[in-house]
Amino acid sequence: MSKERAPQPLTAVSNPPIQPLASNLLPGDVVRASAMSNLPAPERQLTPVAKLIDVSKCIGCKACQSACVEWNDTHPDIETNVGVYDNPHDLTPDMYTLMRFSEYENPNTGDLEWLIRKDGCMHCADPGCLKACPAPGAIVQYSNGIVDFISENCIGCGYCVAGCPFDIPRISQKAHVSKKCTLCSDRVAVGQGPACAKACPTQCITFGTKDDMIAHAQERIVDLKSRGYENAGLYDPQGVGGTHVMYVLHHADQPALYANLPADPTISPVVEGWKGPVKTAGLIAAGVAIAGAALHGLFARANKVSAHEEEEAQELVDNAGRGGDGHAGHGHGDETPDRRT
Amino acid sequence: MTNSWTDVANTDLVVIMGGNAAEAHPCGFKWVTEAKHHRGAKLIVVDPRFNRSAAVSDYYAPIRPGSDIAFLMGVIRWCIENDKVQWQYVRNYTNASYLVREDFGWQDGLFSGYDEDKRAYDQTSWDYQMGEDGYILSDPTLEHPHCVWNLLKQHVDVYTPEFVENVCGTPKDRYLKICQMIGETSAPDKAMTSMYALGWTQHSKGAQNIRGMAMLQLLLGNIGIAGGGMNALRGHSNIQGLTDVGLMSNLVPGYLAIPRESEVDLASYMTSRGNKPQLPNQMSFWQNYDKFFVSFLKAMWGEHATAENDWGYHWLPKLDIAQYDAMKMFDKLKNDEVNIYFCQGFNPILAFPNRNKMTEAFSKLKLLVVMDPLATETAAFWENHGIYNDVDSASIQTEVIELPTTCFAEDEGATVNSGRWLQWHWAGATPPGEARTDIWIMANVFQRLRTLYQTEGGKLPEPIVNLSWDYHDPLHPEPAELAKELNGRAITDIPDPANPGSLLLSAGQQVSGFGQLRADGSTLGACWIYAGCYTEAGNMMARRDNADPGGMGTFLNWSFAWPANRRVLYNRASCDLDGKPWDPSRKLIEWNGERWVGNDIPDIAPTAKPHEVGPFIMNPEGTSRFFSRKLMRDGPFPTHMEPFESPVENPLNRRMVGNPVARIFADDLAGLGSREEFPCVATSYRLTEHFHYWTKHNRVNAVTQPEFFVEISEELAAERGIAKGDRVRVWSSRGQIWAKAVVTKRIRPLTCDGRTVHVVGIPIHWGFKGAARKGFGPNSLGPFVGDANIETPEFKAFLVNIERAAEQEVPA
Repeated sequence: MSKERAPQPLTAVSNPPIQPLASNLLPGDVVRASAMSNLPAPERQLTPVAKLIDVSKCIGCKACQSACVEWNDTHPDIETNVGVYDNPHDLTPDMYTLMRFSEYENPNTGDLEWLIRKDGCMHCADPGCLKACPAPGAIVQYSNGIVDFISENCIGCGYCVAGCPFDIPRISQKAHVSKKCTLCSDRVAVGQGPACAKACPTQCITFGTKDDMIAHAQERIVDLKSRGYENAGLYDPQGVGGTHVMYVLHHADQPALYANLPADPTISPVVEGWKGPVKTAGLIAAGVAIAGAALHGLFARANKVSAHEEEEAQELVDNAGRGGDGHAGHGHGDETPDRRT
Repeated sequence: MTNSWTDVANTDLVVIMGGNAAEAHPCGFKWVTEAKHHRGAKLIVVDPRFNRSAAVSDYYAPIRPGSDIAFLMGVIRWCIENDKVQWQYVRNYTNASYLVREDFGWQDGLFSGYDEDKRAYDQTSWDYQMGEDGYILSDPTLEHPHCVWNLLKQHVDVYTPEFVENVCGTPKDRYLKICQMIGETSAPDKAMTSMYALGWTQHSKGAQNIRGMAMLQLLLGNIGIAGGGMNALRGHSNIQGLTDVGLMSNLVPGYLAIPRESEVDLASYMTSRGNKPQLPNQMSFWQNYDKFFVSFLKAMWGEHATAENDWGYHWLPKLDIAQYDAMKMFDKLKNDEVNIYFCQGFNPILAFPNRNKMTEAFSKLKLLVVMDPLATETAAFWENHGIYNDVDSASIQTEVIELPTTCFAEDEGATVNSGRWLQWHWAGATPPGEARTDIWIMANVFQRLRTLYQTEGGKLPEPIVNLSWDYHDPLHPEPAELAKELNGRAITDIPDPANPGSLLLSAGQQVSGFGQLRADGSTLGACWIYAGCYTEAGNMMARRDNADPGGMGTFLNWSFAWPANRRVLYNRASCDLDGKPWDPSRKLIEWNGERWVGNDIPDIAPTAKPHEVGPFIMNPEGTSRFFSRKLMRDGPFPTHMEPFESPVENPLNRRMVGNPVARIFADDLAGLGSREEFPCVATSYRLTEHFHYWTKHNRVNAVTQPEFFVEISEELAAERGIAKGDRVRVWSSRGQIWAKAVVTKRIRPLTCDGRTVHVVGIPIHWGFKGAARKGFGPNSLGPFVGDANIETPEFKAFLVNIERAAEQEVPA
């Protein structure tokens, strides 16, 4: 692997060089970690990034959901239809993002509006989940604003759920860990935008620096106002310090229209008043690794490919080429869409 | 598409009617988003449902399924009444001023010449008055009572806003607002694009729906211009390619016709083709017909096609009826007139109407061969799947052979998109198991068949034995070899007519365009419109240069667009009579004093002077047509016709059922449901989460839309005691299905002809195979009737009834 670091992706469709590059998200970029008050000072300040979701451009196609499942290799259940378009019916440990459909009769215009909001982690500047989490290093925040769950350190206690003002994390009953959108930190780390943004056909989801995204949003808001949406605006709630996932809303004065998006989200006072050191004490006794070591170990592991793994991968490729294993070349044989006319 | 996907970004107004681009074409819909974001374009959606396109529209109006012609004729009437007409365009680029025969007329919803017994028109009167010089008579003042313009005005007179509201159920205020928005684009520097799909084609008068909008676009001067056009959104990847290469029973590649039985030789075949110009100095492009047709025959039979044997003309099949379309063939299956059916990339057990009839038809076959990458319902039509495929397997004797094929990502070739772009792609994965390309399968079948004919003889062996098959590996022709053949090449040296003594092409060289094809047997070309796709310069379809120097989204060095790499058809009409663009900021081409130049390939001879040659060179009159002469079986103007199963009578003629000339088989006619027994209108559609019947095999798609449902209004739900998520039974006179109920504000009851009309929406994506939950399709219910001109099934408007059903599945 090249020692060259992957670039910071600046758009949803950033295409980094194809040769392997070293991660651009380093242990030293962590600015906050759950239940760890003694973090070393960050080595540098990354440019804050953001995902902007322009609800007025969303057609509810669920390409973002599909891309999320594909990229994260999750396996949501095939559920039933319960009389709505929302599927799965809620976020799950295997479905980190979800289109929520709301039918709204606008009393001012007499028009029906079908408001479709992509729900998922907002990546709060002041993350309630991180504050609530008692497991050292299970939730981290980088200096670019991404709030990441580190499953290796997660104990599945569910405190993050209570800490989240947006009701986002979901606890896996199988793996006993909490799951949510990572803003594709693993893609961002190698110079790519989030999978959902890349898949979005209408560019309703865009990604870049937070400043750029705010500027883009302002342009969209001008357009929406020209079309009669007087209260169009940006959703970047300050109660949680602003967010690194933002919405352009036609009715920014009524976020609740969009499947109960909170108007003024704040972290529960119970969580705020919770004293970090007190809750971690017991856990340290239970054998959870401490600060620096936990972080360093984590990041080194995530991005390292051993010689053995390389060999195994090569073997798979070779087999596929020979067709030696009936399935090696087409792991998704049953899933491949047809190409027919 | 007359234009291209990328051109949609150039528009001022998008009208989505007869389609649902955001839902069914989400990736192409990005260009609508572009136009809205960067040009401030507006989006209008007219649809029975407030759908995903409507969710991002600027204005929406509901419409009763199957009433689009009334709406469109109404808009035309409103535009004429309010002088929203691009007059220069209408006067000079359409047939508005031409005189029509005095015996042409329209009364009681019928045109002159109707024969009720034959269910057909005698079209003699549907034509222009011709002068003694052989040219069309016209009145440029538009005052003659029998000029096309006045006939059009008369024809649309009945479609008042009140008539439209009454037939379509569209609230008058919404309808008038849309008229106004559309009318604004009659300004020469405003453009409107029409994006439509199966919402207009799947009717018994589908072609007339599209004619209606095409006429409106002509009235507004929106054909041939950037950001304008009639843009058919093709529903399958490469379905455009399918029609281009003539996979229809009445066509050969390039939209040339299969001969009729009465055309006994090439000379008689050509008498009705190769149209002579009908105005002085006009270019009539079809005068080149024989060059394309002979080159096709040379591609078919090579050295065996000679002048003496009419280039092999006699080896082509001859039609004894108008066409053997899929409906006709399935009816023949049902009547036990077919032994073997090859089903290649087609899932008719879900795709064709009246599933019970389809199952009966397939059960009559001796052999069914299914070529598909997926395990289709059609291949398993004989399996019992309880209520989902309730057949008696033991009674079905059909042998089924499944030949697994590769999917598009596993082989190489060109895919033709809606904008007529042939885009080459490369294999991205290795095919699984025993899957083979369709080319390999067909080549192997052919070689074995040819050997049988060679060794055993048989009736008329020549077409098979003499078929040209000069591929490097006869058992596995390469896609590039086939592409080169479609493009065409010189068989012998071709002299250059412009430079005597020199050669245009040496023997064996690829032609660079259809202008180089010859009728004397010196060239071959399997599909004249594809000429230029694979030239001596290489594979033009593989080009990937996204430079767009003019900023008009024409991307001339990206892939290849037929014909001649032209991105906007009829683009001569984007300029005024003098050859200057109507809108200088949206220049496609212009006349520079000597030639046509610009950002697109001119759709006219490069040196044809303005004022001399009309812009619509595919018509012998050089103009476009409000009055379509004899080209449509159901009339030279669109007239309102009800669906075959309709909740209301046709106010123009209360006796008339459906389209009076659409073909319907006797038993299907007898089996139509009554409005008393089946009071609700069903309409079918796609969902973004799925692609036809394929992606239900994919787990991820199945997660996003797992289970079959139907959509109904809150009002209908209340009337029938149905709650959101309940299981319901929906039935027609042909079958029944069970589904979950999605109860929504996005469907509203309509008031038509004094009665309340409820719409039941039925998506198409479920069957009894794949990863998603088992379900049904609308084809279990829909009638076996097709469009009068092209036989597309009437899936968008038929009658059903609905009730709450027990939660448990009905035992098989």
